[in-house]
Amino acid sequence: MEVGALQPRGPLPPVSGRRRRADRFARSLLWLATGVAIVPLVLVIYYILSKGLGALSVEFFTTDPTGDFFGAQGGVKSAILGTIEIVGAAALVAVPLGVGVALYLTEYGGDGRLARAVRFFVDVMTGVPSIVFGLFIYLTLVLAGVGGSSFAGWKGSAALALLMLPVVTRSAEVVLQLVPGSLREAALALGAPRWKVIVRVILPSAASGIVTGSLLAIARAAGETAPLLFTATIVKATTFNLNEPMNSLPAQIFQDLKQPNDELVQRAWGGAITLVAMILIVTLIAKLIQRRSRVQGAP
Amino acid sequence: MEAGTQQTTGGGRSLDRSPLSRLPDRLVRVGLTAISAAILVLLGYFFIKLTIEAKPVFEKFGVLNFVFDNNWDVSKGIYGALPLVVGTLITSALALVMGVPIAVSVALFLTELCPRRLRGSLTILVDLLAAVPSVVYGLWAFFFLIPKLKPAEQWFADTFHFIPFVATENVAGPNYFIAGLILAIMILPIVSAISREVLSTVPPDQKEAALALGSTRWEMIRTAMLPYARRGIVGGSMLGLGRAIGETIAVTIVIGDNPILGHSVFDQGYTLAAVIANEFNEAASDPLHRAALIGAGLVLFVLTLLVNSIARLMVLRSERQGARPMTAAAAEGL
Repeated sequence: MEVGALQPRGPLPPVSGRRRRADRFARSLLWLATGVAIVPLVLVIYYILSKGLGALSVEFFTTDPTGDFFGAQGGVKSAILGTIEIVGAAALVAVPLGVGVALYLTEYGGDGRLARAVRFFVDVMTGVPSIVFGLFIYLTLVLAGVGGSSFAGWKGSAALALLMLPVVTRSAEVVLQLVPGSLREAALALGAPRWKVIVRVILPSAASGIVTGSLLAIARAAGETAPLLFTATIVKATTFNLNEPMNSLPAQIFQDLKQPNDELVQRAWGGAITLVAMILIVTLIAKLIQRRSRVQGAP
Repeated sequence: MEAGTQQTTGGGRSLDRSPLSRLPDRLVRVGLTAISAAILVLLGYFFIKLTIEAKPVFEKFGVLNFVFDNNWDVSKGIYGALPLVVGTLITSALALVMGVPIAVSVALFLTELCPRRLRGSLTILVDLLAAVPSVVYGLWAFFFLIPKLKPAEQWFADTFHFIPFVATENVAGPNYFIAGLILAIMILPIVSAISREVLSTVPPDQKEAALALGSTRWEMIRTAMLPYARRGIVGGSMLGLGRAIGETIAVTIVIGDNPILGHSVFDQGYTLAAVIANEFNEAASDPLHRAALIGAGLVLFVLTLLVNSIARLMVLRSERQGARPMTAAAAEGL
């Protein structure tokens, strides 16, 4: 970016006033636009802090919503635990599958017909709106009553897993491609079988990148509301049984925010703080792992 | 690794592995291939299932009438999705109009003008916009944007009433514009991340050449950078458009849930995604209604598929013309 040093000086005529003004105007517009882009972030954070901090208390985190018309409305315990359970189960399925597909693409598929088809359709999956995945799970698992339940936590996980899978695959594929071919060849030349090369050489050297990508996918899934509305639904009680309807933070916020009850609205703001904090923590961990692996020089 | 166990004496034959020790290798290969093929099967099933379930409504009204009829009346059992399709398109178009110029400016600022000390933290801040969940944006828009912007919207609608689709007697609280604005904020990080990547692939000699010819910084951006990065920026914007079309919850909260085509961007409306989120509950007992919602989902799916395919093609092409391979996939993490 030190190209400015190349600007002609000396005998050349100075830049005309009109051009200089245009330059200054355009530059200030770019400054302004960047400022404008930051404004919503500042406002959102300011608002959830100022409206929601008052809602936070020990009871907020340790009680379930009561659902009573009058009196105490309870906290968001079931929603927090539900989000962790649903997203955790989704990650347990989506991360191994996603990494598996990425491994197939980089190690076996090459440029073959199947690999190209898989790449294309993984891209298609990235673009499918989350609510359409929700609809699909609703049709195939909820209405059909698979597993002897209609709405259930694990069905919410299935919808989120469909959302996470392409994200995990794409990010894992990128880091797997960064593993130097010489590493693979060296291991193979030493007589290691292919699967051992994958398990002992390729996965470890791509591990931090895979973890980062998976954590970002988890962070994104945790904020999803739409597919959970008609797979896990919104309930009050805490449950640890994934085959029962399960509460989740985004769904709880969605339900509370239009209620004509100030306490519920405040709970929505408190829930928003909690959700944003959870997502930020996961995102931060992901970025830290990314940065540390960059410092070490590994991909 | 375990290569030491291999006997290298005794010629080539001893290098061969026994069938048993080849087994795990074959298992891994077959397993990974099967998983990948399963994805294809799953997506195929996904599409077929949605089509079959939406069939009753397509049979009753016809596909074209379903998409283009301006009449969505649940109580009478009439399902013409035009108000929803148009609502989806209007809000997404508004999001592009407001979001893309800002996003590209941010990308230009971060790659060209930003003081180095600020660059890292500003980049993180813009990326953080993507970390806020959509329900939180909806919550904020519902309690902050709608009441605070209403007077400004009314003033705008009155002052610029001669512009088509602006004039309205009474600005509705929730409306197309608010939904578009919140979508603009939500697509900003992804559009700006992709633009930043594309802009950073502009060859330095091209920029230096422009400066050496005496251009100012802005002229350099206009003549050397923007034309070069144009296709990538358009592709990134299309990806943002795909995101905006499919976005559900934030829009559901601020669109007003009114399945009648508004005459102004400040009127209440509805979108495809919002109607699914709101009505699926009541639709559980009415097969035709349910089919209509699934039809809406199918239209949504096809719409995003079209937009995303075009977008990827454009990003891919601008990647190829770029000097170094760009990882548009890195932006998927947003």
